[in-house]
Amino acid sequence: MPETTDEARRLTISEALREGIAEEMRRDDDVFLIGEDIGVEGGFGGAFGVYLGLVEEFGHARIIDTPISEKAIAGAAVGAAVLGMRPIADMQYSDFLFECMDELVNQAAKLRYMSGGKLSVPMVMRAPVGATLRGAQHGQCPESYFVHVPGLKVVAPSDAYHAKGILKSAVRDDNPVLIFEHKLLYGSKGREAAGGLDLTAEVPIEDYTFPIGRAVVKRPGRDVTIVATHVSLYRALAAAEELAGRGIECEVIDPLTLLPLDTDTIFESVRRTGRLVIVHEDTLTGGWGAEVAARVADDCLGYLEAPIKRVATADVPAPAAPVLEQAALPQVANVVAAVDSVLA
Amino acid sequence: MVERSVRGEATGGAGTPEDGQAVEERLFRRMLLIRRFEDRVYRLFLEGEIPGTLHQYQGQEAVAAGVCDVLRRDDWITSTHRPHGHALAKGVSARAAMAELYGKATGCCGGKGGSMHLGDPAVGMVPAIAIVGGGNTVVTGLGLAMKLRRSDQVAACFFGEGATNEGAFHEGLNFAGVERLPIVLVCENNLYGASTSYARVSRVPDVADRAGAYGIPARIVDGMDVLAVREATIEAVASARAGNGPTLLECKTYRFTGHSRSDARGYRTREEEAEWASRDPLVVLGATLPAPLLDALEEEVRAELDDAVEFARNSPLPDPSEAFKDVYA
Repeated sequence: MPETTDEARRLTISEALREGIAEEMRRDDDVFLIGEDIGVEGGFGGAFGVYLGLVEEFGHARIIDTPISEKAIAGAAVGAAVLGMRPIADMQYSDFLFECMDELVNQAAKLRYMSGGKLSVPMVMRAPVGATLRGAQHGQCPESYFVHVPGLKVVAPSDAYHAKGILKSAVRDDNPVLIFEHKLLYGSKGREAAGGLDLTAEVPIEDYTFPIGRAVVKRPGRDVTIVATHVSLYRALAAAEELAGRGIECEVIDPLTLLPLDTDTIFESVRRTGRLVIVHEDTLTGGWGAEVAARVADDCLGYLEAPIKRVATADVPAPAAPVLEQAALPQVANVVAAVDSVLA
Repeated sequence: MVERSVRGEATGGAGTPEDGQAVEERLFRRMLLIRRFEDRVYRLFLEGEIPGTLHQYQGQEAVAAGVCDVLRRDDWITSTHRPHGHALAKGVSARAAMAELYGKATGCCGGKGGSMHLGDPAVGMVPAIAIVGGGNTVVTGLGLAMKLRRSDQVAACFFGEGATNEGAFHEGLNFAGVERLPIVLVCENNLYGASTSYARVSRVPDVADRAGAYGIPARIVDGMDVLAVREATIEAVASARAGNGPTLLECKTYRFTGHSRSDARGYRTREEEAEWASRDPLVVLGATLPAPLLDALEEEVRAELDDAVEFARNSPLPDPSEAFKDVYA
């Protein structure tokens, strides 16, 4: 984490991402934005306002509003990246990524390999995830689909400092990087849905990056390791706080990058605690938590003192009604129960 | 908006100082190289020397040769699951293409691409995209990069008529038009998507008519006449370089072989095949060239392919460790 300085400011994830994008666009003329409703005057600055103000500085030549054509957006990003541009493509909702699976999975991820390493595809795709009372087709967490694809990198930042730092790393990376951000974490200060936390974070004014492939220990502890992202990370932190009141010390890890996974940090923690709980908002079966569990089982079985537990959204599409959505999603109480069960 | 174009009717652009027999000789040689490459590859495949599968290009040579003759080395193309002709026409050497089919380390993709992914960035060819319609969105990115960098390069996208029923075709075409990207969309209408005739899956008989729906100019070209293809391409490329946006060229052509190696062609008649064979692009152009020249070119091409096959045979296999490299930059 950065040192606190007089210049330290607290930013929301939205503000930090916007600043990071602007800095990269000033640094490198090859960086451009492409997506729907991102630069239209009088428009939204992207579905969640991340790009507000950017078109005034960079103009429409570098902030390219497209038709509602996700395949064209992703394909254009792939092709431009092949020629050495550094596109930042935007999906309004991560659910729409399924519209351009061919461009991402067959083209972006594989062109370098197919060419025998003669070209690269340095593109970024940003996509918001998470259930927010919008129902089944605007509330998924599809990170795990992409974690399965060799050739892609998948990151999932959950606070402003790391969101900006990892976005800048993604832009500078020579590979296709998917950045999954949670809708509830963009700009909320003390949103109830995210556990009542202040989600702004200190972001230095100086240029910095945070590396892809490195996890962060958000809270140290000796009894149980919890790995979680996005809103689930804050649920896990809330659970850890509650459990601390009973003398149970949870170590909470934000993996930040899901592909390639920082197994070193996770293994080191599990070898100390002997217990692992994984929490994510993606549905349970085939979710990235299963991969974490398998890796830990492979490498750390002798250290485990209890079965690995996963806390995830039930294997159902996201329902719309608030009471149904809350029933399907992992809650703080589910995390507490999982920790209790591995300590029992 | 759709123009019918046959040889000699191109309205502008054609007519470089080298016009005349030099151009025709070059085009004939390029088509002959592709034809003999494909014939040779077919036999080597049957003999078990070449692994995998093949989608062959015999019959369509005029399209690749005519289009790529107009393109510069720093212009780019995207290709399809049937890419051998495009690769040879854009400048991948017969050696590098043959070695790739053999799965050798010296192949243009180091053995990682194979028949369906031939290509080489050094000659302006994205590894061929074997998902039908896949190139139609990727090419917009090539064009976008060229536009953003204010270069005068162009990107050409080869695709079959079958791709025009993919969503990617429509999204790519519309976006290319809206952004006025420097692109030439080259449809090789060989009448069949695998076994399915275009008439069976489109109420619009000509692909060119679909471009009009997106405000994009289109021309129907005799795809068996390499000079007609070249002339149409000169005009389309000039328009793209001038910043006027994309053009769609629908080249009416025919694949002399089956879709892939295991295709007995029961879905089309021998009469239809004979009719198209009489319009063989090599015959059409060859009829205008002196016989001794044709013999000499045949001999040159034979030597080039002998050399390519020897090169491929004698090249080392990739080290197995190569399987794990080049996933990430």
